[in-house]
Amino acid sequence: MSELSHPPAAPGPDIEAVPGPAGRPAEFVGRSPGQLAWLRLKRDRTARASAVTLAVAALVALGAPLLGRLTGIDPTDKFADRLNDFGMPIGYAGGISADHWLGLEPGSGRDILMQLVYGLRTSLFIAFTSALVATGIGVAVGVLAGWARGWLDSAVNWLIDLTLAFPFLIFALAVIPILQDRFYSDREAPSPAFRVALIVATFGLFSWTYTARLVRGQVISLREREFVDAARAAGAGTAHILLRQLLPNIWAPILVTVSLMVPQFIAIEAALAFVNIGVTEPTPDLGRMIFNSIGYVASDPWYTLFPGLTVFLLVLAFNLLGDALRDSLDPRSTR
Amino acid sequence: MLRFVVRRLLVAALTLVVISLVTFGLFFAVPSSPAKVMCGKNCTAEDIAQVERRLGIDQPLPRQYADFVHGVFAGRTYGEGDFRQDCPAPCLGYSFRNNQPVTEIVAQRAPVTFSIVLGGAVLWLGLGVSLGMVSALRRGTAFDRAAIGVTLAGASMQVYFFGLILLYLLVYSTGLLPFPSYTPLTESPLRWAAGLLLPWMTLGFLNSALYARLSRAQMLETLSEDFVRTARAKGLPARKVHTRHALRAAITPIVTIAGLDIGTSLGGTFITETIFGLQGLGKATVEAVQFLNLPVVMATVLLAAVFIVVANIVVDVLYAVIDPRVRLS
Repeated sequence: MSELSHPPAAPGPDIEAVPGPAGRPAEFVGRSPGQLAWLRLKRDRTARASAVTLAVAALVALGAPLLGRLTGIDPTDKFADRLNDFGMPIGYAGGISADHWLGLEPGSGRDILMQLVYGLRTSLFIAFTSALVATGIGVAVGVLAGWARGWLDSAVNWLIDLTLAFPFLIFALAVIPILQDRFYSDREAPSPAFRVALIVATFGLFSWTYTARLVRGQVISLREREFVDAARAAGAGTAHILLRQLLPNIWAPILVTVSLMVPQFIAIEAALAFVNIGVTEPTPDLGRMIFNSIGYVASDPWYTLFPGLTVFLLVLAFNLLGDALRDSLDPRSTR
Repeated sequence: MLRFVVRRLLVAALTLVVISLVTFGLFFAVPSSPAKVMCGKNCTAEDIAQVERRLGIDQPLPRQYADFVHGVFAGRTYGEGDFRQDCPAPCLGYSFRNNQPVTEIVAQRAPVTFSIVLGGAVLWLGLGVSLGMVSALRRGTAFDRAAIGVTLAGASMQVYFFGLILLYLLVYSTGLLPFPSYTPLTESPLRWAAGLLLPWMTLGFLNSALYARLSRAQMLETLSEDFVRTARAKGLPARKVHTRHALRAAITPIVTIAGLDIGTSLGGTFITETIFGLQGLGKATVEAVQFLNLPVVMATVLLAAVFIVVANIVVDVLYAVIDPRVRLS
């Protein structure tokens, strides 16, 4: 029965020869595709480095309040006494000191490190939730279209084409304030959670198309395989076939799309915040920090450098890890 | 060929109709009171009613949409008597806040965005494709490895960070370039180019990373194909094999992505425009969004969709021109 519930995706478990001690014949170890992929990923130095970077970033983001407690600095604290008469931080490199490791924001005098740590949190939370929402919609729609065929499939295809023709960024830019106007009048300040939910919903609603196409194609090719016939002959229902037979076979490409979606969302979220459409003050945000720094590029370039570098490293690490993941999961890749 | 184009155009028209319906519905049905939003904070109930009457927002929604479509193709007139405002076709609406037909605003802003995108596209395509091609031909060399590293980093870099770095390095600390500004091409081509050099470099360097990676992969694939081997066996010079045979086949998917990229960017490169303070379509959208200047937002979103749809058609037709293996049907 266990064979039925988890059919092999590839021709079968690969067999790798492990050279035995001298004199004895080589031993053979059977490995599943998943194990092979994990081995390849572990061997990849770039993947290891980026995974460590991301783990550190995630830990810092999760432990942001703890870090604030340890240093005794809140992201909203203003250190106006450390700014000169022009609102510029006193000292070298944007006011870097033992108390403020990355200096202070010119003008407001907030601690840049704390802003970054909390901004990382906003950024990662929005990116991951949006990726989950988009993937959820994409998988559901893709499975539906691939399994149903006929008019439903054509309708979904058309919907995908339509969504792709929408200028996503410009549309997101326009739709977020308008929806906010619907739910809040000018005088009320919208709650930060509402703004975040709006951003996640917009990202999710416009980014499911790629996953849907991918899943649809996979389902169409898999549904004709023998193991699906076998399951049906054994009396399995549609839900069992979809969830237990088909989905386990397509998780690998889905995982790759998720890992490549997250950095995109990080970059887009920062871009929206950059034009003041992202999360609002006082919630710290990396994109808004970069926007605020435009006026100080000439006088205090450090203010631009730290948040910019953070977004860059985050996106780079995710991209590298996603590439490595794709290579390790693709049985055709030779490395 | 003709049938293909006609069918493609019909689908495109249908797509645009649906998109315009969705955006129209969103912008005029969702806000609690579009007229109040457009009028501003200090408007009395009377003012709002007047705005509603003048812009025709007091009509039922289907009627409003019909008026909008009529305005796009045949022009329309807002208000009457002293408040009469003619809006000749293609009328995209009337901005109450700017006291100006939206078409005028778009006509002022579009040349800026077009200049940024087209100049940038020349740079990113030229740089990207040639870099990718050279590193494919010298696969495994130090040049190739360096190119892979640079393009990998470049593909993860953001416009808003890179643009500010260039601004600091080239304008503020060394003074090599002037602060970006827009001078119409017809006025002074030299000042036009000098003022836009920085945005071009920003977009060019960043986007070329993606194109270099793509064209390298494509080039490697086509170089191992049979027709390339045949061309070599016939004794064609290497240069000819690489450009006429390999590159021509490798460039098709690059054309697709480039077409879509250019189409998307024409709708507004709002980050580049914000960094460098250029008054293009993207900046217009951002400003309009901030004040909920609905007619302008509606027009720019629609225009951006038109660019994407048109770019799709152009790419499809270009396919057949570039790749002799593609037959349109």
